[in-house]
Amino acid sequence: MEPIRSAEELFALKERLRGDPQRHLPCISLCDTGCRALGSAAVRDTFIAEIRKRGLSDKVRLQTTGCHGFCERGPVLVVRPQGIFYQRVAPEDVPEIIEKTVLNGETIERLCYRDPVSRKLCHKEEDVPFYRRQSKTVFRHNGMIDPQEIDDYLTLDGYEALAKALQSMTPDEVIEEVSRSGLRGRGGAGFPTGRKWRLCREAEGSPKYTVCNADEGDPGAFMDRGVCEGDPHAILEGMLIGAYAIGASEGYIYVRAEYPIAVKYLSRAIEQAEAYGLLGDSILGTDFSFHLKIKQGAGAFVCGEETALIASIEGHRGMPRPRPPFPAQSGLFGKPTNINNVETWANVPVIISRGADWFASIGTEKSTGTKIFALAGKVQNTGLVEVPMGATLREVVFEIGGGVPRRRTFKAAQMGGPSGGCVPEQYLDMPIDFDSVSAVGAIMGSGGMVVMDNTTCMVEVARYFTDFVQSESCGKCVPCRIGTRRLLETLTRITEGLGEDSDLALLREIGEAVQTASLCGLGKTAPNPTLSTLRHFWHEYEAHVRDKKCPAGVCKALTTFVIDAEKCTGCGLCLKGCPTEAITGELKVPHVIDQEKCIKCGSCRDVCNLGAVLVT
Amino acid sequence: MRTTQTPATDQLADVFARHGRERSDLIPILQEAQDKLGYLSKETMRAIARQLRVPASSVLGVATFYAQFYLQPRGRHRVVVCRGTACHVRGSREIREGVEQKLGIREGETTEDLLFSYETVACLGNCALAPLLVIDDRYHGRMTRERAATILDEYLQGEAQARGTD
Ligand SMILES: Cc1cc2nc3c(=O)[nH]c(=O)nc-3n(C[C@H](O)[C@H](O)[C@H](O)COP(=O)(O)O)c2cc1C
Ligand code: SF4
Ligand code: SF4
Ligand code: SF4
Ligand code: FES
Repeated sequence: MEPIRSAEELFALKERLRGDPQRHLPCISLCDTGCRALGSAAVRDTFIAEIRKRGLSDKVRLQTTGCHGFCERGPVLVVRPQGIFYQRVAPEDVPEIIEKTVLNGETIERLCYRDPVSRKLCHKEEDVPFYRRQSKTVFRHNGMIDPQEIDDYLTLDGYEALAKALQSMTPDEVIEEVSRSGLRGRGGAGFPTGRKWRLCREAEGSPKYTVCNADEGDPGAFMDRGVCEGDPHAILEGMLIGAYAIGASEGYIYVRAEYPIAVKYLSRAIEQAEAYGLLGDSILGTDFSFHLKIKQGAGAFVCGEETALIASIEGHRGMPRPRPPFPAQSGLFGKPTNINNVETWANVPVIISRGADWFASIGTEKSTGTKIFALAGKVQNTGLVEVPMGATLREVVFEIGGGVPRRRTFKAAQMGGPSGGCVPEQYLDMPIDFDSVSAVGAIMGSGGMVVMDNTTCMVEVARYFTDFVQSESCGKCVPCRIGTRRLLETLTRITEGLGEDSDLALLREIGEAVQTASLCGLGKTAPNPTLSTLRHFWHEYEAHVRDKKCPAGVCKALTTFVIDAEKCTGCGLCLKGCPTEAITGELKVPHVIDQEKCIKCGSCRDVCNLGAVLVT
Repeated sequence: MRTTQTPATDQLADVFARHGRERSDLIPILQEAQDKLGYLSKETMRAIARQLRVPASSVLGVATFYAQFYLQPRGRHRVVVCRGTACHVRGSREIREGVEQKLGIREGETTEDLLFSYETVACLGNCALAPLLVIDDRYHGRMTRERAATILDEYLQGEAQARGTD
């Protein structure tokens, strides 16, 4: 790799890369990150072997990419140039894909996605309802480029926004552009990015630092992982532009070690950008220099908080500290520091290349641009979904997500992780943006969206989150340390059937105290899941406390499963799956549950296709 | 078993060589030391404290703060169940119970024969395929209690065979 010394050289390199015949070969783009849990590595290896065996190395290109979003149907791949989309691909399918689709342009219908509503086969990605309703900005490259090849990024105009900023904009103009775009931080709080940059630019001290927060500690959220593993250079380019605007010369990416592929791809991206001179001294022949390092987190949720993250990079226990001083004034090693989330950084290059007006035209007035949601839980199509801000929950969960599976009903979407809350059914048509979500007691947060159906117990969900924050509390301040423990004890008591009426008022009281008196965002928001479920699912708490019943059939002490003899056809499915042999019955005769043996695991209810297993 | 007798400082020479002696090098050094030696013994932590010229108590303080550091030897196979929200609502509790029953240990523990360690994590970022079981960095998505038991059996059989051919 020859260093690129000017914007002109960057454009020339792009043209050269685009002209390379290798890039115009039929190409198979296979997800090689998220889909690994479904065996995509074996598919990849089979492709490599098959291409070699048939001597097709200079006729076919295999591109391993980041997440295409539709994880539910993985392993997924796209054959270009036709754009044929295959899902649930197995190694056995590989020879046929090469023979029929790559070499002869035929579609193998067996591997296509069938829309469960219209029953139509979808040949291309854009025919699939899951993709059709999305609008990809941050994710525009995911699935199109090999995240380990900087050249792939360069062919798609990569680093040209950086060139534009360095060549034709002053740092102030860059900040102005980002401010006018209306971009708000995607890490949770939604603070205006331009304003944050301005504060850091105006702060005294050098060097200045920019940091990418890739800790993604929220359980149930994986969009930052999707960007790091799909388009790492977009993050680097965003950070470079931000560093130029702020006047920073050094930066860190703080990425959780639980994401080994992200760590690997980001490290590789840094090496390649350095080799091209896009990171380092005198970037693109200007006097702007920027050096970037990776720090791996070590498994503490609280380290996502800015001041704790700084302490962790410095080599200390990751404990938050009071603000002010804000990191913009005194952050990493006591120097002015600007921290943004992965998705925030990845939005920056598009804003610079397409302009603030374009960006501001997407989304709503006060929440511009798009947002990636990590759709998971009890929903048909799990995966990563990017929609304009202001899309409704119904669009995301039902139209893109395909609704709740197994003829169950939607109960709530949990948004914002442990800092957030549950959005119940009556708000399905509410536009999702920073302000409307918080108006109903949840927060958009970083974009985790865990769908819950009628077999999810909301009291138990509150207990779950409280357990999480209680064990992740750093322990520095008393309200958070003790308060969350009291909350947890009370919630646990309720789920065990030992709750009393007075417990509900107690939960509110402790919750409000913890909110007001805690030092950092973890403690301040720790009671949110409890308070929001109390607000929207009061009757479920009452059922637990007064009737000693868990309507969802989750809390074991309050649940009995019985088989409805009227509905049961005696198919035997539940009997096979019962871990304790509690179910007996002859084929075609209604089955029965021996309550002595039943451990209330609920797997009989999960497998019964006729809804014959009831909760009493 | 000579390696365990070599002073920690010697074993970590290459790790130290890759880093500076700043406080901010502490966590990366701990991470690499653990990768190399499997866990952080007192001896290892003392060596690191000497290298960075910080009190040993402060190294211990950091090592105990972060979930990823182990102060005890771990089993040959690392069994991880995700307890994140998505996995939780899709039944990870059942898988955890199943694993505990199968291995006869609680989370955070190691079997006596040092074959398995079992732990849970806050989220693996593969929530779309919840619930998740990971054994030695191999991800198994859409797990059920039953399949988890089958997979663990395969590992047990593999170990029994390996021992048979020793
Ligand atoms: C307990 C806690 C955990 C957090 N975890 C993360 C995280 O994992 N990723 C993230 O980007 N922001 C996280 N945040 C928010 C950050 O502190 C910070 O607001 C954010 O990185 C700023 O970037 P943005 O302006 O681009 O959103 C967390 C905050 C708190 C209080
Ligand atoms: S609120 Fe909780 S996590 Fe935050 S500083 Fe206080 S104890 Fe630590
Ligand atoms: S709940 Fe679980 S243990 Fe009880 S009968 Fe159903 S499958 Fe068997
Ligand atoms: S799975 Fe349902 S229908 Fe089949 S035997 Fe069990 S309860 Fe009856
Ligand atoms: S909740 Fe289990 S992987 Fe995210």
